[in-house]
Amino acid sequence: MEVNKETVKKIAHLSRLQFTDQEEDKLVGEMTNILSWMEKLNELDTTTVEPLIHMSAELNVVREDIVKDELPHKNALLNAPKKDSDYFRVPKVIE
Amino acid sequence: MSSVSIPAEVTKSISASRKAIEGGSLSLTSLVQHFIGQIELHNPKVNAFVAVYGNEALAEADRIEQKIKAGTAGKLAGAVIGIKDVLAYQNHGLQSGSKILDNFVSQFTGTAVQRLIDADAIIIGRQNCDEFAMGSASKNPWFGTVKNFANPEKVAGGSSGGSAAAVQACMCHASIGSDTGGSVRQPAAFTGTVGLKPTYSRISRWGLVAYASSFDCIGPIAHNVEDSALLLEVMAGADTHDSTCSSKPVDAYSKAELSGKLKIAVLKQSFSEGVQPEIKNALNTKIEHWKSLGYTVEEVDFSLLDYLLNIYYIITTAEASSNLSRFDGVRYGYRSEKATDLESLYKLSRSEGFGPEVKRRIMLGTFVLSASYYDAYFTKAQKVRRLVKEQTEELLSKYDFLVCPTTPTVAFGINEKVDNPIEMYLNDIFTVQANVCGIPAISIPLGENADKLPFGLQIMAGAFQESKLLAFAKQNEISTLA
Repeated sequence: MEVNKETVKKIAHLSRLQFTDQEEDKLVGEMTNILSWMEKLNELDTTTVEPLIHMSAELNVVREDIVKDELPHKNALLNAPKKDSDYFRVPKVIE
Repeated sequence: MSSVSIPAEVTKSISASRKAIEGGSLSLTSLVQHFIGQIELHNPKVNAFVAVYGNEALAEADRIEQKIKAGTAGKLAGAVIGIKDVLAYQNHGLQSGSKILDNFVSQFTGTAVQRLIDADAIIIGRQNCDEFAMGSASKNPWFGTVKNFANPEKVAGGSSGGSAAAVQACMCHASIGSDTGGSVRQPAAFTGTVGLKPTYSRISRWGLVAYASSFDCIGPIAHNVEDSALLLEVMAGADTHDSTCSSKPVDAYSKAELSGKLKIAVLKQSFSEGVQPEIKNALNTKIEHWKSLGYTVEEVDFSLLDYLLNIYYIITTAEASSNLSRFDGVRYGYRSEKATDLESLYKLSRSEGFGPEVKRRIMLGTFVLSASYYDAYFTKAQKVRRLVKEQTEELLSKYDFLVCPTTPTVAFGINEKVDNPIEMYLNDIFTVQANVCGIPAISIPLGENADKLPFGLQIMAGAFQESKLLAFAKQNEISTLA
C-alpha cells in the first residue's frame, strides 16, 4: 500500500490529530512500510473463513437494571481541565 | 534503609513473608520499610516506579499485621505489590504513561486491584511502562526509560517494564502488569522473573486502561510460580462490571499438581536463525530433561507463525484507535492551551498529549478501519485470527503444552531498534500467539547468557488450563532464592 501525504492528512483528521509537515513526511514512509508488511496476510486464502470477532465465550450476559450512583456528579467533574459548578467547559461551539 | 536486617527469602516469596510474620520473626512494617528503602536506593537509576505510596503502605502494614495476629487476615496478608500505571486505584494517580492523562486521579478502583486489597495485599506504588502499554522496551516519552537491573544499558522490556524491573530489583514481592501481546512475559524474560498471562477473560478488565480490548489481559509478575498462582487465584473470576469476564469457577491454582506422562510440543521456530545460541542450548537441555522424565517431546511446525504479528498489529491498532478516541481534552486529562475552537481543542490536546508511537498506532488503526480498507485489512486479519486460533487449539488438543523461548534474544540495548518500528515489533514473535488465541501462557526463567542477562521459557496451554500450566511451570522453575 502506497500511502501519500493527502491520505496521511485525511487519516490524521479522522483521528483528530495534527502533524507538522515534517511529521507527515515521516508518516508517509512509516505507514507505507507497515501497511505493506501487514499485507502479508493476503498470501492466505480466507474466502471460506468467518472473521473471529469475539474472544470471550460469555454469551448474552444480562443482569437486573439496578439504579446505582457509580460516579457521583462531583467526582465526574474532578478531573476536568476546565469546568463550572455543573458542566465541563469547552470553547464556544455556536457563533 | 531500615536498621533491621531482612532475609532475602522474605522479600522474594509471599508465603515466606507470611510465615515469618506469623512466626514472629518478621514485622510487616519493617518489611515495608525495607522495600521503601530498596525503592529509594535503586529507583533513581532503574526508573521502575512513577509514584510510591510509602506512608499509606506503612499505615496498611500496621493494620494488616494486627489482622495476622488476630488470625483474620486475607490470602495476601504479608504481600507487598506494585501496580502498572494502567490500573485504576481510587484517589491515586493514573496516567497510562501518557501526558494526555496529566494529573488524572482515579475515581474508582478496578476489580483486580480491589481484590488484591480485599485479600490484604499492600499496594506500594505505581509503575512505569510504555505509553498506553504500546511497546516492548518501556522507553516512555514522558516518564523516561526503565533500566534493566542486571545491566542499566539494557532495557527491562515492555510494556510492563517497570513492573518487571521492580520485582527484579526486589522493590516489592510482585507486580501487576497487563499483557496485550507479551507485555508481562517479555519483560519477565528480560529480568529473570515469572510473568503470567492468563486466559483472555479470566481476570476482569474493569479498571484497566483499554489498549486493544480483544487482547488485553491483566497478569502478575513475581519471583516464583507459587506467588503468581496465588495472585491469579485472588484476581480471577466473574465480575458484574465486565460482561466479557468469564463466569467459569476459579481453581486453587496455588495448589495445582501435575499427573501422568506429559506431551510437550516444542515450536520448531524456537531453533530458527534469529534465536540466540545460548537460548537454544538452554531449551535443548530442558527438552532432554523432559525426555528423561518419560515425557513425549515433539517438534511442531506452526505454519501460521509468520502471520501472527501482522494480525496482531492490524487488530490492535484498530482497537486502540477506537479505545483512545475517548481522550479528547474535554472531560479529563491534558488540554492544550492553544485551542481556539472545539476541533482544535481535540486535535491539539491529542497531538500534544500522545507520544509518537501512540500516534502512529492511532493513525494505522484509523486507516485499517476506514471505509475503503476495512475489509482488506481489518476483516482479513480477523479471518486469519480464526485460522490461527483453530490451528493452535488443534495442536493443544494433541499436546498438553506448547513451548518456545519467550523472546528470541536477551534484553537489547536502550538505543537499539529505535529507527525501525517493524524490527521492534518482531521482538514479540513468540508471545503474541497466546493473545491472538486468548490462551494462557507463562514465562519462567530459563537461564542467563555470559553477560548475566536472563532469558525465559514460554509455556502455553489450552484456554482455562491455568492449573496445569502453573503446575508444569513450577516443576520447571529455577529457584531464585539462592
